[in-house]
Amino acid sequence: MKYIFLVSLFWLSILHINAQECTLSLSGKVIDIHDNSPLTFAIVEIKETGQFAEADSNGEYQISKICPGNYTIKVSHVSCEKLVEEIQMNSSQEIDFKLEHHIDELSEVLLTGRIYQNTNNTSISKELDKARIDRYSNLSFGEALAEINGVSSLNTGASINKPIIQGMHSSRIIMINNNVRMFDQQWGVDHAPNIDVNSAANIEVIKGASALRYGGDAVGGIIVSTPQKAPLKDTLFGKSIANFNSNGLGGGITASLLKANKNGWYIKTQASAKRRGDLEAPNYNLSNTGVQENNFSIGFGLNKIESGFNVYYSLFSTEIGILRASHIGNVRDLVNSINNSTPSFIEDFSYQINSPKQEVKHQLAKFDYFKKIDNLGKLEFQYAFQFNQRQEFDVRRGSNRNKAALDLELATHHFLSQLKIDKFKNFNLNVGIESTYQDHFANPETGVRRLIPDYEMFALGSFITANHQLNEQILLDAGLRYDYTYVDALKFYRTSRWEERNYQNDFSDIIIEDFGTQLLTNPKFHYHNFSSSLGLQYQVNKASKLIGNLSLATRNPNPSELFSDGLHHSIASIELGDLRLQQEQSYKLNVSYEQEIQNFSFEINPYFNLIENFMTLEPNEIETTIRGAFPVFAYRQTRARFMGVDVEATYQFNSNSTLVGQLAYVQADDLSLNRPIIDMPPFNTRLQLNQQIESWNQLNLQFTHEFVAKQNRFPNLDFTTPVLDPEIGELVATEVGISAPPSAYQLFHFGAEMPFQFKHLDLRVAFNVHNIFNTSYRNYLNRQRYYADEIGRNFQLQIQFNF
Amino acid sequence: MKSLKIVSLFSLLAVFSSCSDDDDNIQIINEEEVITTLTVTLVDQNTNEVKTLQYRDLDGDGPESPIVTADNLDANTTYQGSIEFLNELEDPAEDITEEVVEEGEEHQVFFVNSTALETNFDYLDADANNNPIGVEFSLTTGNASNGNLSIILIHDGDKFAEGAADGEINNVGGETDIEANFDVVIE
Repeated sequence: MKYIFLVSLFWLSILHINAQECTLSLSGKVIDIHDNSPLTFAIVEIKETGQFAEADSNGEYQISKICPGNYTIKVSHVSCEKLVEEIQMNSSQEIDFKLEHHIDELSEVLLTGRIYQNTNNTSISKELDKARIDRYSNLSFGEALAEINGVSSLNTGASINKPIIQGMHSSRIIMINNNVRMFDQQWGVDHAPNIDVNSAANIEVIKGASALRYGGDAVGGIIVSTPQKAPLKDTLFGKSIANFNSNGLGGGITASLLKANKNGWYIKTQASAKRRGDLEAPNYNLSNTGVQENNFSIGFGLNKIESGFNVYYSLFSTEIGILRASHIGNVRDLVNSINNSTPSFIEDFSYQINSPKQEVKHQLAKFDYFKKIDNLGKLEFQYAFQFNQRQEFDVRRGSNRNKAALDLELATHHFLSQLKIDKFKNFNLNVGIESTYQDHFANPETGVRRLIPDYEMFALGSFITANHQLNEQILLDAGLRYDYTYVDALKFYRTSRWEERNYQNDFSDIIIEDFGTQLLTNPKFHYHNFSSSLGLQYQVNKASKLIGNLSLATRNPNPSELFSDGLHHSIASIELGDLRLQQEQSYKLNVSYEQEIQNFSFEINPYFNLIENFMTLEPNEIETTIRGAFPVFAYRQTRARFMGVDVEATYQFNSNSTLVGQLAYVQADDLSLNRPIIDMPPFNTRLQLNQQIESWNQLNLQFTHEFVAKQNRFPNLDFTTPVLDPEIGELVATEVGISAPPSAYQLFHFGAEMPFQFKHLDLRVAFNVHNIFNTSYRNYLNRQRYYADEIGRNFQLQIQFNF
Repeated sequence: MKSLKIVSLFSLLAVFSSCSDDDDNIQIINEEEVITTLTVTLVDQNTNEVKTLQYRDLDGDGPESPIVTADNLDANTTYQGSIEFLNELEDPAEDITEEVVEEGEEHQVFFVNSTALETNFDYLDADANNNPIGVEFSLTTGNASNGNLSIILIHDGDKFAEGAADGEINNVGGETDIEANFDVVIE
């Protein structure tokens, strides 16, 4: 019907054309949809007649001498997508056209990777771009991040790596994966982030709590991992990377594919798999350090200019062998391990992963929707569901042999809604609310008392952040955030422990049931937290820039800090949480100064972080069990001060060779006891020479020198306990030296890389040698440093196809 | 706008539907695997008189110290010895000795006495590799003396290590499941 109507209208109008003179005019403005700013030089064209006009500096256009009729109007601008509209001209009209100004920028930045600049401009951040992520394809997420200056890695063996940002790790760091805050039981120091580095197209490390929209408790910093975004054009691209490593005789393969349409639809998928056997230290095999990893993600959506949605699902699953020699029974075993220079279990190379081991699975499903609102900004909704399963297998006996000793399930629902207001010139506002519901379940089938109890958590947060471009040089930003958290747990306490902790006086009202030797309790916590940030970016001149920000972050005690209660086999200690812990608050000042002087450029980033109620775990007494005597590690809260500096400098000899130097130093002190804080990264430097040989098919060579000093600032947590000396058959008071850091070390690495280009395919071949001289060393930041050396030399071959 | 409503509705539903589960039926866990009690029974081969050494820690890795009891032994006597491992957290108590013997290739009991204490131990049992387990043994006492006696159960050590079959613990490695220390008096 409509068609017939249009056709008749068409004929009618032709009749009119014949009858009328062409005196009509079309005029109006062409403006940016975001901020209504004029789009100068936009072209407005009448397709049928070829008449056109160019918008002036006010975005105004006018086409005159139009005959009455139906026309197709094309509006275009160099950096916008074309707009096509049908209009009917019976009289002169004034029409404003709105164009999406960033479209071309979008596809352009996709090529340069700059689309992933997520943060406020006054945040001090570093990023791993796509090219580097591809190179680190075989590394764990934590290892890849440790390549960033100011970021180290807290390790449990070679395979479990947790990022440390300017001295802080675990719950003090927020991880954002695809705009969703990760809840992957990050509280544990031996719980590595459950993200596949290959699922990211960009990883950004924000050194501080300044990006409040991600959370108010980032005492240490925020890591933002962003998957490949789809460009707004018709395209199909993908890549595949294969790695092979001599150390561990294994490797990995990853592949991804993305299909996008100009109309906004896209679908993408990515998968990777990793297999590796036992790793090797220079002098021995590290038995039971194999790894298996399988990851998968898929996403699709519609990204139009005015609105869009995304659906995403990812699965991360891994099985990690824990060095067999690090699983010990008591302090005598620990003393033996510290005194012997080799691990107590050395077997031949194997791909077999036995107990002790971890099996972890993390699933994320999310849906988001956005809509542009004229003259206001962008409204976003996001719902995400995460399911984290962690099983840890100990060396057990009999029928329990294949049963996990720890079996935890953490389900998190997360809802986020934010409004980004960009209607004002030079002023952006972002307001949002988020709510989280979390359910933690510890499977009782393990036959081992729950390390972390069952609990439910509900959190509600709201934030407002704003930035203001004061003038061409100065950008200011500020943010405020409030979070409410409610934790409702069901925890069994041994009656003896309950009394030893003196809980009967303060917490007798939370006992639900008395089972004789155990008490069932219902601890509930309410936390109200405020956090804020204030930042400034000052572009001094073209060659130098100053950024500074001040942030207040408040972090709740995590479930491990509140509830943990049991024996840790890896360092022969009993670890106890504390119901009395209060939130910790951090006040961080972070400054960065960048300067370019001809071929030389540098960035210096000093920081100062004062933390009230800093939670720290320390040994305070010895308890005897049937396995022997153990130190009890309990939490204490103190005032802590972190100060440090990250420096990076680059010198470009010529267009083909560059030298990059980095150094990081942090000094952390417990101010109430006036002593250093444990597990701080020692002073470290890294020097890398990049040499490109163009005549040899763009061969790129990299020589890297890495130096890690001995950590001389550490708390002396050595303790003395009677240990059996088998030679004389007596218990002898023995000082257990768990504190002393290992010696300094330096490593040399080499890399060579060559690109090849074919018609529909880019190929990149890389050959790397890590630890060229097969140096034996131990790392202060490895919790298994008492048991074994770090891994030795590794040859790696990497082949990448882009198509 | 319609889709917007649907989205928010969906999210809220998801959030609140999951809030409703009430897990009041939480299950208590009595440690299944822990050894709470080590009992050494020593029978005088001549008189059939029975002596007992016991190490008992009912709260596992809880704060309470183990309760140690030891009968005085007679000088210059040969005892037929046996060890029982119990988990008394289960009701009835679970006898873990069987498991230890079944997995004899991975377990060995070591007897370490102070030089002052005149005791001599001989293994009387063997695993499938013909290495001793130490659940059955003989104890020969010398002259009146006193001192420390440590009874240690090692799991997953190297039972073929030098001296292991003769009861030397030094080269075995492995992980300590029990380390019980007794003050023993021979009179």
